[in-house]
Amino acid sequence: MLRLEKRPSPSAFWQKASPFLAVILTMIAGGIMFAALGKNPVEAIRTIFWDPLFGEFAFYFRGQLLVKAGPLILIALGLSLGFRAGIWNIGAEGQYIMGAIIGAAVGLALYPTENRMIYPVMVIAGAFGGWAWAMIPAILKTRFNTNEILVSLLLVYVAQTILAKAATGFLRNPEGAGFPGSRNFSSYPAASNPELIAGTGMHWGVVAAFIAVIAAYVLLQRHILGFHIKLAGQAPRAARFAGVAPNRLVVLCMGISGALAGLAGLFEVTGPAGQITIDFNVGYGFTAIIVAFLGRLNPVGILFAGLLMALTYIGGEMASTNLGLPSAAIQAFQGMLLFFLLASDVLTNFRVRLSTKAVA
Amino acid sequence: MKRRTLLATAALGLSVAFAGTAMAQDKTKACFVYVGPIGDGGWTYQHHQGALAVQAEYGDKVEVQWQENVPEGADAERVLTQMALGGCNIIFTTSFGYMDATNAVAAKFPDVKFEHATGYKRDSANVSTYNARFYEGRAVQGHIAGRMTKSNKIGYIASFPIPEVIMGINSYYLHAKKVNPNVELSVIWAYTWFDPAKEADAAKALIEQGVDVIASHTDSTAPLAEAAKTPGVIGFGQASDMAAYKPSPRVSSIIDNWAPYYVKRVGALMDGTYEQADAWEGIAGGEVEIGEITDAVPADVKAEAEAMRDAIAAGTYHPFTGPIKKQDGSDWLADGVTAPDGDLLGMAFYVEGITGDIPK
Repeated sequence: MLRLEKRPSPSAFWQKASPFLAVILTMIAGGIMFAALGKNPVEAIRTIFWDPLFGEFAFYFRGQLLVKAGPLILIALGLSLGFRAGIWNIGAEGQYIMGAIIGAAVGLALYPTENRMIYPVMVIAGAFGGWAWAMIPAILKTRFNTNEILVSLLLVYVAQTILAKAATGFLRNPEGAGFPGSRNFSSYPAASNPELIAGTGMHWGVVAAFIAVIAAYVLLQRHILGFHIKLAGQAPRAARFAGVAPNRLVVLCMGISGALAGLAGLFEVTGPAGQITIDFNVGYGFTAIIVAFLGRLNPVGILFAGLLMALTYIGGEMASTNLGLPSAAIQAFQGMLLFFLLASDVLTNFRVRLSTKAVA
Repeated sequence: MKRRTLLATAALGLSVAFAGTAMAQDKTKACFVYVGPIGDGGWTYQHHQGALAVQAEYGDKVEVQWQENVPEGADAERVLTQMALGGCNIIFTTSFGYMDATNAVAAKFPDVKFEHATGYKRDSANVSTYNARFYEGRAVQGHIAGRMTKSNKIGYIASFPIPEVIMGINSYYLHAKKVNPNVELSVIWAYTWFDPAKEADAAKALIEQGVDVIASHTDSTAPLAEAAKTPGVIGFGQASDMAAYKPSPRVSSIIDNWAPYYVKRVGALMDGTYEQADAWEGIAGGEVEIGEITDAVPADVKAEAEAMRDAIAAGTYHPFTGPIKKQDGSDWLADGVTAPDGDLLGMAFYVEGITGDIPK
């Protein structure tokens, strides 16, 4: 009978090294899968990990990495604070949608006014939209002790329904001949979020993600709130003695993660996506959960994890078109990454023992 | 800042020019972007059949590439750029939601031809649009539905409230009503193109309301699979023949046959006769096919349906021929007048007799 036994002091080396091990194991297992599909595994792995960074068209893909990683990092940072404190916001996807809708609605309401203040106001509205959506599970938890995992997850589907209504109804482009979708922000300069330097992929959302990494780092290392968050996760009883109010922490963590997800949505809808459409959300809110754990819930780790995740998306697309790999194989490849990460985490913190006694 | 912008733009321009020379090859590269998986058995599957037909027709002279499951929005823009950089000479974007992305990328690659399915924007000279007159097939289905229903309740699983779908609902209803004045139509909006679980739920809901003929405007076979569970309920293959459900519940089908168009366009590009187009062919042009009407349909109904199909093909019958009133009772088409294409392409109203509202 196999059983897991907690290691009294997990190896510090393996705690740091396990993400790298997971990436290598993913490459090996993924390579076997690609070979089984009849593709050259070395070429497939090179297309995914090397070509977007150093290949012939890297000048374009490097920028696209930032575009793809920006929202992932922004959302994952917010989630990681809650995850550290044992507060599970699974509904970032919904907060992302609501941030985009509220922010876009403010901008579209002012169309076609040109004023420098419009975009900042939209950014605040976007953060507010995500924050408000996250407050629903937060308040239900603190007042009625509901489970924030379920409530925040189910609110994603509510947000998607509101998004469909927005695209086909209240935010629909009045000049769009009845087709769904809002006005495209690229034709409304005061409310758009263009590339700051052409060809770099850098837009305000990416800038915000970098700022958020620094802010989260400082918060966790230097601020009392960061200390409380860490303490609540590691030793809830001790946290209570130290004067941490659990309800306050729930509201704060949910609020911060909701606001960051809402910001990501606003930057995306005004920038890369360009408009509110029925299928505006593409799963950043869920992928960010993987990014948060891949980055060890550490701000700098999340920065790299987000870039790595973006790389698997972009490289995966290239492998898919150039080598004819089915997109399901790419998704399986990304899934392997999470699987191996969790597996090597388990083995870092636990050891497998053959138990001689029968389990009662 | 200004200079850097200029440099970056120049770098992009140079690289694009370089890509242009790199792809000066003897093979023509035709690329396809799919919104769903090839295995959906419907919409995407049929587009892929068209792509394979191009390969079969021109053999070694063409190289065909494709990418499945591409989300509409920012990701589509990146995939299109990647394809254009990768040397594709003609790119078919096979979903309505790729409209803005197609036009944005086309503006950056004037030497690459873009063909967008079901859209209406042709912002630059290298963008063409193509669609098929599916409402012609809906007329035949409506006729069969009106004659076959025993409960006088027929259903329609709609995807999104866009003119394309509303056109199909109106055509279906008008022709059912013509042969069965007591017929009632229930429409369920699934807000998806491809989601077997949602489509099955919609079919189930219709059957519970007493509906015994179900048409669907979504891409999977799930509605037919659901209909098969209840004896006496019939439906139609959508986009693809869905022959596995013959002879019942699938009594006929609308088959999207993109092959003639794809072969024609790629051929024109190769022999230098390619021109920008706005193609909208129907049964006459071979893009819309009516799948075999099975023996589950009485011989006289089958003969009537086939006569209608042939009349449409011959151009002697237009499914939208007046007098037709709008749902609110106002006049749309006077006696004997056929609908102008512009009215159809912007259709945002139900015809008289349909209950319920188009979602706003």
